[in-house]
Amino acid sequence: MESNTYSSGVIRHFQHPHNYGKINNADGIGIVGNVVCGDEMRLYIKVEDDIIKDVKFETFGCVAAISTSSVVTDLAKGKRIKDALKITNSKILKELGGLPLIKIHCSLLAVDALYEAIYDYLSKNKKKIPEKVQKKHNQLKRA
Amino acid sequence: MKKIYLDYAATSPVDPSVVKAMLPYLTDKFGNTMSLHSFGQEAKIALEKSREVVANLIGAKPNEIIFTGSATESNNMVLKGLPVGRQGIKGNPAHLAGRHIIISSIEHPCIIETAEWLEKKGVKVTRIPVDKKGLINPLDIEKAITKDTTLVSIIHGSNEIGTIQPIEEIGKICKKHNVYFHTDAVQTFGKVPIDIANIDLLTASSHKICGPKGVACLFIKEGVGIEPLLHGGGQENGLRSSTVNVAGVVGFAKACQLCAEEREKEGLRLTKLRDKIIKNVLKIDKAYLTGHNKKRLPNNASFIFSFIEGESLAIQLDLNGIAVSTGSACSSMKLEPNHVLLATGLKPAEAHGSLRVSLGRWTTEEDIDQLIKILPGIVNKLREISPYGK
Repeated sequence: MESNTYSSGVIRHFQHPHNYGKINNADGIGIVGNVVCGDEMRLYIKVEDDIIKDVKFETFGCVAAISTSSVVTDLAKGKRIKDALKITNSKILKELGGLPLIKIHCSLLAVDALYEAIYDYLSKNKKKIPEKVQKKHNQLKRA
Repeated sequence: MKKIYLDYAATSPVDPSVVKAMLPYLTDKFGNTMSLHSFGQEAKIALEKSREVVANLIGAKPNEIIFTGSATESNNMVLKGLPVGRQGIKGNPAHLAGRHIIISSIEHPCIIETAEWLEKKGVKVTRIPVDKKGLINPLDIEKAITKDTTLVSIIHGSNEIGTIQPIEEIGKICKKHNVYFHTDAVQTFGKVPIDIANIDLLTASSHKICGPKGVACLFIKEGVGIEPLLHGGGQENGLRSSTVNVAGVVGFAKACQLCAEEREKEGLRLTKLRDKIIKNVLKIDKAYLTGHNKKRLPNNASFIFSFIEGESLAIQLDLNGIAVSTGSACSSMKLEPNHVLLATGLKPAEAHGSLRVSLGRWTTEEDIDQLIKILPGIVNKLREISPYGK
C-alpha cells in the first residue's frame, strides 16, 4: 500500500517555507493551477542581467503545494535564466525527499509556475523565447 | 509536546473498562458460540447478554439486533439485502431492476457508493438535497416516494458537518407510505436519544463510542424481511454467517453500557465545549460554521476558512500536537472536495478550506483552550502564504 505520509524534508519546507510573499514590481509573474482544483501557485521573479536576483511565491494549497513552491524558489534564486530552465520535477522531488504518489502533480505545478514567470519576463522584454518555454506556455493555456 | 486528539468522529480510543471486559474473551473464554461444549456455551451466553445491552440502549428487543463487522457492512446489507419493500413488488422479488430507493446527498460513502453500485444493476436511486445548514426537508422525501420505492435511508447525524436530521418525522412519512426506513446512526448512537418507533433499520458502530474496532450492529425491526450478505454457518439468526467476534461484541456492549450511564451528563459537557470552540473560532476573520448551529451533534464543530486549504491547516495543527480532520480535496484519495460540503451549496474553492473538530470522552477544557489559542496564528500564517485574502 502506498504511504500517505510526508517526508521530513517536505514538512521542513512546509513549516518554514522559504521566499514566500509577493514582489510588487516583479519582472515576471507565473500563475498556475486554480483554486477550484485546490491549489494555485503564483511565482514572482526579479531579473537583472539575465540572472534571477529575487524570487517569491504565494500558494493556496496543500502541504505538497507549499513545500514544492518553497523548493522551486530556492533552486531558481541566483540562477541564470537558461540554468533555471534546467530545474525539473525530479530535482524538486529529490530535494524534498519524495512526495506521496497522489501528490506528484504538485511538483509539476512548481516547475510550471517557474516556466510561466520566465515566459512572462521574456515576452514583456521582447526577448527570444526558448522553444520548450513556448511549448509549456501553449500547453498550460490550452488546459 | 502533549498530543491532543480532536477527531472522535473518525474513531475513539477504547475505554479501559471495555478492554477489561473484553480480555477474558480473548484468552480463557475463547469459545465458538456454535460449539456444544461448555466453552461454546460460555461464549454464547456472553453474546446473548451483550445483545440485550446493545438493544437496551435504543429500546429495541434483543432479537432485533444482529452483530456485524462494521457500519459499512451493516449499511451495505440494508441496501443490498432488501430486494422487496414492505408491501412487496410484483414479479421476481430478487430482481433489482424496477426497485427504487431514496437516500440523501450527504450520506456516508458506504451508502453513496453502494447506491451507485445498485444503480448500475438497474435500481433507481433518488438523492434528496439538503439546505445550506445540511438539513433535509422531510416533505422532499414524501414527494420522492413512488409505488416502486422499497427503502428510504437517511443518515441521522452527519459525520462531516454534524447536522442532525428529523428522523422521527421522516420515519412517520415512510410508515404512512409503507416504505422501509433505515437510518445510519453511527455518529448519534450512544450520544443522542433515538426513538425507534418509526425506524425499521438502524446502523450503529462500536469504535465511535470507545468500543473496539471491527464490530458494529444492525437493528432490524421484527417483521422486516432482509436477506444476508454473508451465507454460511447461519450465525446471527442466519443473517450474518461468520464465527462471532465474541470479545468485540462484549466490548461493544460494555461501551454501550457506559454510554447509557453517562449519556445525558456527557452530552451537556460536550455541547458546552463544542459551543466554546464555535464561539471562539468564529472570531477569526472569514471563518464560517458548516452544518446547523442548533440541530447538531454535541461533539462536532466544523468550519471553513476562506483563502486557505484544509490539508495544510490540519497538518499544521498536527505538527502543533492537535489531531483534527478536513474535507479538503487534497486530503482525499479522489482529490475531490467532500461531497457533503458541496451538497450544502459551498463552491469547491470554499470547501477546500474545511476543518472538522470532534470531541469525546477524554476531551478536556484545556484541550479546547489550546486549540483556540493556536488556531488563529496558524490560519494567519497560511493566509500570508496564500495569494488570496490580503
